[in-house]
Amino acid sequence: MTFDDVLDLLAAVGLLLGAFLSLAAGVGLVRFPDALSRLHAATKPQILGLIFIVAAIALMSRSWSTLLALAPILVFQMLTAPISAHMVGRAGYRTGNFNADILHVDELDEVIERATRDSADGAAAPSGGASGERTDPSGAVPL
Amino acid sequence: MSDLATDGSGTAEIGEPEPVVHRELHWRIWVQLPLIVLIVLLWMLLWGTFSLFSFVTGVVVAFAVTRVFYLPPVELSGRFNPFWFAVFLGRFAFDLVVVAFQVAFQAIGPRGIRRNSVIAVDLVTRSDFIMTLTAVAISLIPGSIVVEVDRRQSILYLHLLNVGDDNAVTRTRLKVLSVERSLVRALGSMADVRDTGVLARSGPAAGIPAVHPREGAGS
Repeated sequence: MTFDDVLDLLAAVGLLLGAFLSLAAGVGLVRFPDALSRLHAATKPQILGLIFIVAAIALMSRSWSTLLALAPILVFQMLTAPISAHMVGRAGYRTGNFNADILHVDELDEVIERATRDSADGAAAPSGGASGERTDPSGAVPL
Repeated sequence: MSDLATDGSGTAEIGEPEPVVHRELHWRIWVQLPLIVLIVLLWMLLWGTFSLFSFVTGVVVAFAVTRVFYLPPVELSGRFNPFWFAVFLGRFAFDLVVVAFQVAFQAIGPRGIRRNSVIAVDLVTRSDFIMTLTAVAISLIPGSIVVEVDRRQSILYLHLLNVGDDNAVTRTRLKVLSVERSLVRALGSMADVRDTGVLARSGPAAGIPAVHPREGAGS
């Protein structure tokens, strides 16, 4: 078994692992109960699956130009997937597209309620310029 | 930042402020240089050639992008420790593999998802740069999605998959803070290093007291 065979074998294993993770991500998109849960399936297994497939392609082609073309794919995916997940998650949370019954704790809900109450108070009081700014002694760090 | 610079040059006829403006501009370019270099590298990678032509067009594109897309300048800390950055990358890769398989098996496993959580994590840093990197990193590694960011107080609100008891919530909270600490070790400013106490602490337990008073004050 030559060195090339070993690399080809590794590439095959990488392709299989990547395919499995992508499949699992797809299954998760269907099976998970709400939008916020589905985002988890769409980011983590998907990214690692892509990494495996990209690594397999690099191992099979064994040329620098392919490697240089593959590197930005990974960089862009790893930078943009969390950001798009954040945008969808933020919109999903704000529009109530999640199942509140299966939430164990929801610390954002309390904060939003308090902020809404504060800004309602601030509109009534004359010092309402800092609406939404909470008086938190630990947070009072001048920038 | 560049608003200040143009304001300063507008009043420069009086005499004194001009060198100040010049130094500030110089400082800005120096601080943004790593970003410019990254954009040029990415541009050359996208074209797949490392030639003089792709370098020159890359520099032009990098300056055009940073001037035209008018965002607040990214304030890098000016500190970079390659050793701790490598440590961070290693931990990140390991955690990514673990978490990706975990979520994958949760997706195809028979039990599915029972309980989720949305938690607030009060970061120690006040730097936008470290906060952004932490948010991007923790979107991938401890199984969380950032649903909301309180930039002024450096609080991240995270959605956690299949986290249904207080112990698991605390574990994830500590994990997020440890990701923040390892990023501060690698890239944080000296002020952040001091605040998080990452380079002075002797054991893992020493980092925890720095967390709890803030948490208590926040809730």
